[in-house]
Amino acid sequence: MSAALGRPSLLRHAGWVLRGNLVTAFALGGTALLVLVALLAPWLAAYDPIATNVANAMRPPSAAHWFGTDQLGRDILSRLLYGARLDLAIAAAAVSLSFVLGAMIGAFCGYHGGRLDRAVGRFVDVLMAFPLFVLAMAMVAALGNQVQNIVYATAVINLPFYIRFARTEVAVRRQAGWVEAARASGNGGARIVLGFLLPNILPNVAVQISLNLGWAILNAAGLSFLGLGVTAPTPEWGIMVAEGARFISAGHWWLVAFPGLALMLAVLCFNLLGDGLRDILDPRMRT
Amino acid sequence: MLAAAGRRVGGRLLAAIPAVFGVVVLTFLVMRVLPGDPAVYFAGGPSAGQAEIDALRAEMGLDRPVPVQLMYYLRDVATGDLGRSLTTGQPVMTDIRQRLPASLELTFTALLLALVAAIPLGILAALRPGSAVDHVVRFLCTMGVCMPTFVTGLLLIYVFYYLLGWSPDPTGRIDIFASTPPEITGFLLLDFALTGDWDGWRAAFTQLILPAATMALFVLAPLARMTRASMLAVLGGDFIRTARAMGLPGWRIIVVYALRNALLPVLTIAGIVFSTMLGANVLVEKVFSWPGVASYALDALQASDYAPVQGFVLLMASIFVVVNLVIDLLYGLADPRAVAE
Repeated sequence: MSAALGRPSLLRHAGWVLRGNLVTAFALGGTALLVLVALLAPWLAAYDPIATNVANAMRPPSAAHWFGTDQLGRDILSRLLYGARLDLAIAAAAVSLSFVLGAMIGAFCGYHGGRLDRAVGRFVDVLMAFPLFVLAMAMVAALGNQVQNIVYATAVINLPFYIRFARTEVAVRRQAGWVEAARASGNGGARIVLGFLLPNILPNVAVQISLNLGWAILNAAGLSFLGLGVTAPTPEWGIMVAEGARFISAGHWWLVAFPGLALMLAVLCFNLLGDGLRDILDPRMRT
Repeated sequence: MLAAAGRRVGGRLLAAIPAVFGVVVLTFLVMRVLPGDPAVYFAGGPSAGQAEIDALRAEMGLDRPVPVQLMYYLRDVATGDLGRSLTTGQPVMTDIRQRLPASLELTFTALLLALVAAIPLGILAALRPGSAVDHVVRFLCTMGVCMPTFVTGLLLIYVFYYLLGWSPDPTGRIDIFASTPPEITGFLLLDFALTGDWDGWRAAFTQLILPAATMALFVLAPLARMTRASMLAVLGGDFIRTARAMGLPGWRIIVVYALRNALLPVLTIAGIVFSTMLGANVLVEKVFSWPGVASYALDALQASDYAPVQGFVLLMASIFVVVNLVIDLLYGLADPRAVAE
C-alpha cells in the first residue's frame, strides 16, 4: 500500500522539482536521449558505420543521408549514432574509475589526516602542476594506442580533483556529532569512512561527477583528435572531426560540424545537469 | 616594504621547488616506460645492425640503470641542459627558445581577447542580475565551455576563410611567401611594430586572430562568471551605497570603486586560465599548424623522442610557478590588504 503510494509521489516530487528548473529538465532529457541513442544505435542507424562507398563520397546532407557522407562515402549520421556508444562509454568508465579511487583516497586522507594525508596532498599538487592534457597524451602514448588507455589516462587526470574534493568534504565532517557518535559506539575507521562519511558526501560528489563527465568527453575526443587511442575506421566523434579537418578549407563543413555538434550537445547536457543538481542541493551556490 | 616583497617571492619560489621537482621526476619516469626504443628508431628501424643500436644506446645513456639516468638528467637540468632533440637534431633549449614566442604570443593574445570580452560582459550581467543581458551572458559562457577548441577552430576557419574569405590560409604564424621581421623579441606583432612594417604586422595579425579567438572563446566562461560573481558581491557593499549616496557618477562607482575591488578573484582565475591554455594549446596549435611548443612536444611524443617532451613539461611546470607568483604580486598591487598578513 505504502509502496504503491510512494512511487507516484516520488515521481511527482521529481516532476515538481524539474518544472521549476526547465534548464535542468532539458539537460536531463538530453542526457536520457543520448544514452538511449547510444544503446539503440544498431537499430537507429540506417547504414553500416564502417562500410565505405567511394562512389557516394563527400555528399552534402540530403534526404538519404541526413548529415551527408564523409570522404569514404560513409553515412555520417550512422557513424555519429555508433560514436555515441564509444564516447559515452569512455567518459562514463573514466569518471567512475576516478570517482571510486579518488573519493576513497580523499575520504581516508581527510578522515585520518597526518603524514599520509600530507604525502597524498603533495602528490596531488604535483599532478595539478602538470599540464594535464599533456600528461594524458603521454600516458596514452606510453600505454599503447588502445581505447582502454584513453579511459585510464582520463581517469588519472580527473583523480586529483576527486581526491581534493572528497578530502575537504570529509575533513569538515570529521568532527561532526554523528561521526563522534559512530566512533563512540565502536565503529572502526574504515567503517566510518565507507559506511557513514562517503554516503554523506555522495550528493555533493554527484554534482562533481556530472560536471566531470563533460570534461572527460572533451578530453577523450581531444586525444582521439590528435590520433591517440582510437584508430581509423572506428566511429568516434573526435576522430571524425580529425578526419573532416582536412576538408574544411575546401568547404566540406558537414564532416566537422555534426560530430562537433554532437560533442557540444553531450558536454552541454552534462554541464547543465551538474549545475542544476548543484542548484537543487545548494541554492546559495547559484552563479 | 620592498624587502618584505622580496622575502615573499623567495618564500614562494622555495615552496614551489618540491612540486617542480616532482613533475620532473614523474615526467622522466613516464617517458622511460614509453614503448618503442628511440635507439632503434634513430638507427633506421629494426633492420639496423645490433652493434649500431647498442652504440646508439650507449651514446644516449640508455644502457645504464634508470636511477643513474635520472641522476644524470637532474644534473643536466640543473645546469640548463635539457638534452638534444633527436628529430630536429638541435638542443631542446634552442628549439624551445625558438618556438616558445609563438605559443606565448598566441596565449597572451587569447587571454587579452578573453579579458576584454569577459570583464565588460561580467559587469553588465552583474549590474542587472536576472535580466536579459544576464541570461545572454550566461548562455554565451555555457556554450563557450561546451565547444571543443578543435571544433571551434575548424568552424571559424570555415566561416572566415572559406565562406567570407577574410582570413588568410590558416596555417602557421605567417604566410610562407611573406618576409619575416628581424628577430628582436620573437613576438611577430612586436617585431613588426618595432621595425615599422605595418603590412607585415597586418599579415601576422590576421594569421593570429583566428587561433587566438578560438582559445579566447574557450576561456571566456570562467573569466566572465568570476567577474559577475565578484562584482555582485562587491556591489552589495556599504561603500558602494555610500558612494551612490554621495552622488558620484555611476560609471565612476562601477569602474573605480567596484571593479578594482572585484578584480582580485578574476586575477586568480586569469592565472589559472593562462597556465591551462599553455597546455591545452596542443589542440589549437594542431588545427592551425601553429609552430609553438605544444605542437613541438606532440611531434616529439609521436616519434618517441624523450628529451623535448620532458623539456616541455618542465617548461610548463615552471611557467605555472612563475604565473602563480606574478598573480601573487599583482594581488598586492590591486589590493594592498591582501599582502599585509
